[in-house]
Amino acid sequence: MRLTQGQFSFLPDLTDEEITKQVQYALDQGWAVAVEFTDDPHPRNSYWTMWGNPMFDLRDAKGVMMEIDACRAAHPDQYVKVLAFDSSHGFETVRMAFLINRPAEEPGFELLRAEGPGRRIGYTVRSYATGRPPGERYGGETRHGT
Amino acid sequence: MSGTTGLLDQETRDRPSDTPSVDLDALYRESGIGGMLAGMDRELVGLKPVKTRIREIAALLLVERARRSIGLRAEPPSLHMCFTGNPGTGKTSVARRMAGLLHGLGYIRRDHVVSVTRDDLVGQYIGHTAPKTKEVLKRAMGGVLFIDEAYYLYRPENERDYGQEAIEILLQVMEDNRDDLVVILAGYRDRMEVFFRSNPGMASRIAHHVDFPDYEAEELLDIARLMTAGMQYRLAPEAERAMADYILRRMAQPRFANARSIRNALDRARLRQANRLFEARGNAIAAADLLTIAEEDIRRSRVFTQ
Ligand SMILES: Nc1ncnc2c1ncn2[C@@H]1O[C@H](COP(=O)(O)OP(=O)(O)OP(=O)(O)O)[C@@H](O)[C@H]1O
Ligand SMILES: [Mg+2]
Repeated sequence: MRLTQGQFSFLPDLTDEEITKQVQYALDQGWAVAVEFTDDPHPRNSYWTMWGNPMFDLRDAKGVMMEIDACRAAHPDQYVKVLAFDSSHGFETVRMAFLINRPAEEPGFELLRAEGPGRRIGYTVRSYATGRPPGERYGGETRHGT
Repeated sequence: MSGTTGLLDQETRDRPSDTPSVDLDALYRESGIGGMLAGMDRELVGLKPVKTRIREIAALLLVERARRSIGLRAEPPSLHMCFTGNPGTGKTSVARRMAGLLHGLGYIRRDHVVSVTRDDLVGQYIGHTAPKTKEVLKRAMGGVLFIDEAYYLYRPENERDYGQEAIEILLQVMEDNRDDLVVILAGYRDRMEVFFRSNPGMASRIAHHVDFPDYEAEELLDIARLMTAGMQYRLAPEAERAMADYILRRMAQPRFANARSIRNALDRARLRQANRLFEARGNAIAAADLLTIAEEDIRRSRVFTQ
């Protein structure tokens, strides 16, 4: 199941050229651009791992693309996203966020039902992948174990 | 290969009726390069060989663009450069202008110069250098990376010096990211030569070696005039003669640093002018007095007593 999170998520995956343009737009607005990755794609997981520090002092998207390439090379089988943070007064928040890498196989989410008193049903979702320990969740990276 | 075939195809196809033509002059006008070159002539005194070289580079890039516009192969030329010359001959000033020029000519995407020295690139311990150098490269991407006194990157006396690591990363990027970055090295001629001799990889990646000559006394006086005007001051006629004397004396003294010595001299003259006006603060001071550097402001320099 193809994960849809953040901007552009119902479009085909962005090409490097398209990513470059989006990143350049963010830099031109004066936003700090960050790269983050995770193997826990639950929609409520807001704590992805930072790939280096947010980049505050770049003017050209190429510098960000270098980090993006490095992160994707290091974690080809994880989700990677780009964030753009606007520090200006009144915003102080993330203005852009979009996926730029995804695992080859995406097993998707299980819908769990918990029956409560009076036949009331509570629903939740669980990523199939997170049933396995970190680092073994998506294809290629099992190699790192033992 | 495919480029050659394409060219032949095109020649047979187009000849003789509608050979594509380009308006080089229009390209020149829309690049805004004329204004920038004129500005350089106005604001930088002398530097004949440097200006000539810059014009040649501009012509090359314009022709490249024209070639591309009719579908000819136009490999972007390598534009990494090395500026050599004595202190204060204008290397840093020209490097700053290079970004504007190359940007106007569409060679680089951004009109910025990131200016660094050894300390910005080389770390203090194992594993420190690569991230430091990469940070700088990330910042410079799209524009010009200016490395002042580049020979300090290489310390032959210490074979474990981390500078070598920075050099290696630079070499890689200079080769792979030609479209993203122009590297300009600068430094004194003799030391730069030693540096290149021990780093042939670097020497071979530098397409343009530009030599900055020392200024003649007259050029230095022109520079002094330009600088005073730039600071919104004026040299009184006698002060100008004093400046000419000053220049001749200063040139013969040790640690003479061309245009920078002139800037320093003018800064000290301003100091003496301010003091002179302050001493006389009882009297009304005319606007002209605030503007004018008088003969004594220059003659009281130590250069005249030594
Ligand atoms: N041709 C020139 N016309 C006008 N001003 C100049 C010229 N050359 C240099 N200057 C001025 O002289 C000062 C020193 O120049 P600059 O810093 O470019 O020299 P440099 O060659 O980089 O010196 P160093 O090798 O010591 O770093 C600057 O203030 C600059 O504006
Ligand atoms: Mg300098």
